[in-house]
Amino acid sequence: MIVASLKKQLEGAGGTFMLETDVTIERGGITAIAGPSGSGKTTFLRMLAGLTSPDEGLLEVGGEVWFRKDTGKKKQVNLKPQQRRVGVVFQGYALFPHMTVLGNLLYASRDREMAEKLLNLVGLLQLKHARPANLSGGQKQRVALARALMQRPRILLLDEPLSALDESMKTLLQDELLKVNKELGVTILIVTHDSSEMYKLCDRVLLFEMGRIAADTSPRKLFVERQTTQKFAFKGEILEIRAVDAVYIAVVAIGNNLVEVVIDSDEKEGLQSGDSVIVGTKAFNPTVRKFAPKDFDISRL
Amino acid sequence: MNSGFDIQPFLLSFRLAAITTVMLFIISVPLAWKLSQTRSRSKPFVEALVSMPIVLPPTVLGFYLLVFLSDRSPLGGFIKEVLGLDLVFTFEGVLVASCIYSFPFMLQPLQSGMEQVPVKLLEASYTLGKSKFNTLFHVILPNIKPSLLTGLIITFAHTVGEFGVVLMVGGSIQGETRVASIAIYELVELLDYRTAHIYSLILIAFSFIVLVSVYILNHRKRGTG
Repeated sequence: MIVASLKKQLEGAGGTFMLETDVTIERGGITAIAGPSGSGKTTFLRMLAGLTSPDEGLLEVGGEVWFRKDTGKKKQVNLKPQQRRVGVVFQGYALFPHMTVLGNLLYASRDREMAEKLLNLVGLLQLKHARPANLSGGQKQRVALARALMQRPRILLLDEPLSALDESMKTLLQDELLKVNKELGVTILIVTHDSSEMYKLCDRVLLFEMGRIAADTSPRKLFVERQTTQKFAFKGEILEIRAVDAVYIAVVAIGNNLVEVVIDSDEKEGLQSGDSVIVGTKAFNPTVRKFAPKDFDISRL
Repeated sequence: MNSGFDIQPFLLSFRLAAITTVMLFIISVPLAWKLSQTRSRSKPFVEALVSMPIVLPPTVLGFYLLVFLSDRSPLGGFIKEVLGLDLVFTFEGVLVASCIYSFPFMLQPLQSGMEQVPVKLLEASYTLGKSKFNTLFHVILPNIKPSLLTGLIITFAHTVGEFGVVLMVGGSIQGETRVASIAIYELVELLDYRTAHIYSLILIAFSFIVLVSVYILNHRKRGTG
């Protein structure tokens, strides 16, 4: 179990703000860390890994104090990253360019059997003698994952590991993460913006906003049960609204698809091309309404 | 007054340069690592101090080394008494002077190489449980090979090419402090232009080869970087 009750002052685009977390994370789960950029997600992970020091607070993992500094006190406990056994998959992967795939794993721990087992798990045993420069993005990501697992970490942190990959590769790696989580029982925290990824992988979502955890819920609640009367809802962008007789037709881009939705004049009010909208259904009729950040607000869940 | 060609000054030059290079490498690796990691306010002062020999006339450096290393000074006297070393007009003295004189040429390439290694690589190493010492040897140094080679080659060549400091601190004692550059100066004074030509051409060829290899290394670094 992780208890993270931490404070740190951060420099944001709009001046300084406080990153404040007060959260308990159960062992063995997969937790998504979501929220707009600059809201403190990466800093939160770095504080867990020991790469960034909090200003004050308490971080306890499995009953062991990793960080403790009380308000106004000088005395502090702050374990070094070397002492924490936290596996980190960095944005950009941070593989050692002068070592082979196998070398990267063996640097973490001289356990050849474990290294081969992990490379097998991520399907890269054939490439064990390749250098990182000769690997694709997805392969590098899998090496980084295997390397992070070499020291049998208690916690695995992933900072937007899949954002640069295409859909099929993403699906493959999501399956691998689930496998790793099940087979090795590692607690996983993953920074992601991808709602389908949160839905597929995670049992919990922590939504960060300006340094606060604005929502702490399950992906199901966050995305599906949000509007109980809606069977489905997609976020899209209005490309065009044109008048046809007494109604209007909105052309909405959802992902790579274009959808035409009939809307009435009440709905059209306040909508224009370029707006982000939610397309959903009520009683089998598609509806379009403006997307607001409050769609991510806990009070509406 | 034809003294003829003598290999000894060259051997002395190369011996001096080799020992200087090794000593400076040992000193510079930890210092460059420290400087590349620190955000301390004293960093610019250390950097400036080490870089002084680049801008100071060698005679200034040589003059003060002569003053401070002489056994009549407290420092020189202490060294002589404790270590039994005489640092004026001896090979050891010239060695100390060379180390100070060539210091920036070793430190700067190492430091700038280390500063260019992505922080993420260091952090990855730390989260894998590796100490800073381990990280320095297994992650940093292998990733800055071109900088290492540049530092080693330039330091060696720069030491071979020094003149003023050696003359001030070491004089021109055959087999002890008369390195190639000093030998040329003496030959010219003796009007032995023929031997001076031979010595000079050897040094020109040597310097050219050294610089060409440094530039080739740097181009390769850019090509693979």
